[in-house]
Amino acid sequence: MTTATLEGTPSAAPEVPSFTVTLIVRRYDPDVDAEPYWQDFDLQMYGTDRVLDALHKIKWEQDGSLSFRRSCAHGVCGSDAMRINGRNRLACKTLLKDLDISKPIYVEAIKGLPLEKDLIVNMDPFFESFKAVQPFLIASSKPDKERLQSVAQRERFDDTTKCILCAACTSSCPVFWTDGQYFGPAAIVNAHRFIFDSRDEGAQVRLDILNDKEGVWRCRTTFNCTDACPRGIEVTKAISEVKQAILKGNPNKVDIVLG
Amino acid sequence: MTTTIPAPRTPYAPPKKRRVNWEKWGWLYMRVSGVFLVVLIFGHLFVNVVAGNGVRAIDFAFVAGKWADPFWIVWDTLLLWLALIHGANGMRTITNDYAHNPMLRRLILLAILASTVVLLVLGTLVIYTFDPCPANAVAGTLPSFCPAK
Repeated sequence: MTTATLEGTPSAAPEVPSFTVTLIVRRYDPDVDAEPYWQDFDLQMYGTDRVLDALHKIKWEQDGSLSFRRSCAHGVCGSDAMRINGRNRLACKTLLKDLDISKPIYVEAIKGLPLEKDLIVNMDPFFESFKAVQPFLIASSKPDKERLQSVAQRERFDDTTKCILCAACTSSCPVFWTDGQYFGPAAIVNAHRFIFDSRDEGAQVRLDILNDKEGVWRCRTTFNCTDACPRGIEVTKAISEVKQAILKGNPNKVDIVLG
Repeated sequence: MTTTIPAPRTPYAPPKKRRVNWEKWGWLYMRVSGVFLVVLIFGHLFVNVVAGNGVRAIDFAFVAGKWADPFWIVWDTLLLWLALIHGANGMRTITNDYAHNPMLRRLILLAILASTVVLLVLGTLVIYTFDPCPANAVAGTLPSFCPAK
């Protein structure tokens, strides 16, 4: 018999510590409220719970009108970026026990994008910037098989392929808060992903787009974006590399030397 | 059989190219002038405050003594131009970040430009026309080290 079975009686799992935590959520209903306001909720939570679980608990047990986005709930879809204790985080990747639960936890929508309701913002400006950098492969060659690439060439842009477009970086950027025209870190990261791809031929087009008044030169290197990225992308480094590429010319010509 | 798939989106038309990309050169200027300013400012502070008799030694005669040497004239000219334009460019950047009203933004940028130009002209004029002992000065106003005194 090869089927895996439980042998013996399973020992009781160690009890997960439970605690009371206060969540202060910035609420806003455009039909009712003139201004957003803070509302607090006391919750009995466990050491394995995330901020997203706390929000679920509020929505399912205390106040069904609480609105927020979430989809996969496992840090891949990028729907539930929000400001948790003043820092942009994914609610599904932030464990309550890692926060200071002796104090209330403040949860609000990400900044710099139009607030629609509670924790939901209008993401259209964010995706407009994303589209503007042409985030798709531009190649004139039509190979019979796949386009070949060396390990080193793939490694060159590996970091920026991890982006899940959650907007945590862009909405943590102080330049983006005050200047909605700025492309923002996420768009530059996705431009970087193709600019440094040896298979792509559109690097110069993207560099010209970003070599603009509202392009990479607005970056102040504050590293908020690198701190905010839930995927650990070195966003500020990627932006600096795009700056360097603009100054030094098309990287795919330079890249051969680096590789 | 060949199929032609149209381009996914109309290609982005790059904005009309201006002859000078001020954002790029402004960014580059901040880095390059920054490197020079580190040397110039700390050299300036060291010579004025640390070396010699410290801050109490700085007076009219001290400045006159420094500007008798062409080395310090060049040093101070570089310091003046690089630092003033560096600062003004930073103020321009902050204005672009935070002044949303186009009229107000224009006004602030013009004020920054005007004050920078005035300060640069005045400062340069002072450095190159500086004469501690002018020939036809009123006797009592000359410093003690002048031969006419």
